[in-house]
Amino acid sequence: MGDEFVKSLEELKAIRDRMQKQVGLRESDENTIRVVVGMATCGIAAGARPVLEAFLEEVNKRNLKDVTVTQTGCIGVCRLEPIAEVYVPGEEKVTYVKLKPEMVPRIVADHLVNRQVVTEYTIGAAE
Amino acid sequence: MKELSLHILDIAQNSISAGCTRLELSLTDQDGQITLVIGDNGRGMTPEFLASVTDPFTTTRTTRKVGLGLPLLRMAAEQTGGSLAIESTVGVGTTVTARFCTGHIDCPPLGDMAGTVALLVQGAPEVDTIYTHTTPRSSFTFDTREIRAVLGEGISLAEPEVAVWMRGYLEDLEQSV
Repeated sequence: MGDEFVKSLEELKAIRDRMQKQVGLRESDENTIRVVVGMATCGIAAGARPVLEAFLEEVNKRNLKDVTVTQTGCIGVCRLEPIAEVYVPGEEKVTYVKLKPEMVPRIVADHLVNRQVVTEYTIGAAE
Repeated sequence: MKELSLHILDIAQNSISAGCTRLELSLTDQDGQITLVIGDNGRGMTPEFLASVTDPFTTTRTTRKVGLGLPLLRMAAEQTGGSLAIESTVGVGTTVTARFCTGHIDCPPLGDMAGTVALLVQGAPEVDTIYTHTTPRSSFTFDTREIRAVLGEGISLAEPEVAVWMRGYLEDLEQSV
């Protein structure tokens, strides 16, 4: 293995050490915001992979510890893929449709951080 | 699907849905052929289901009656002069093998394998995922059991920070072959 792989594994150990310190600091499950991205054939063919990557990158960049990003199968409205659902505890689910990676930073900043739904990207605006 | 790597992402979701604990992906690019193998130890399929599984009107999804994953893969492979083979045994697992002739004008590019593998692991962090990529020049194997051994207990491979790291690591590995 070349030097870049040794460096990479050192980075992974650094991530581990950082995260171990944070165990217990994470907010409890009932405060966790969930982002769920549709990753069935319809979503993948429509471009869900870069959208999911953009969510992971933004959540990581902003170090949002109370947000989880997960994947699901077909949400049922294939023509509006790529789709992501956002579940904020105590609030109604918000469904974002026809997503592109460049729309994701705004959803993360406005909705996940500042709790303002990006109405123009929602299924209500698309229909 | 514009890339072979998107087919792999799609078909491997079937393995995860089938409850596998081990997912083996292999990609061999040799002698004018790309061979993709997606193998799992999930619940497997009955001979009857297997016989109809590349028919678009066979699906396990509950939201509608059409499933296009395997039919699209079969079409993509056959369009290049390649083929699709599926072996499956109930209680043992399923192996999907697709062969593409890379010289054919309809052969899609391989695309972003690093993204595909990182996201498969992020979506199914408990599964042992083993990915091998072989070219005439070189070969590498990415194994989530090795990543977990470094991370230790209590840190999930679904964590965004870990997923972003895996992507970068896989990009380096792809560059090396």
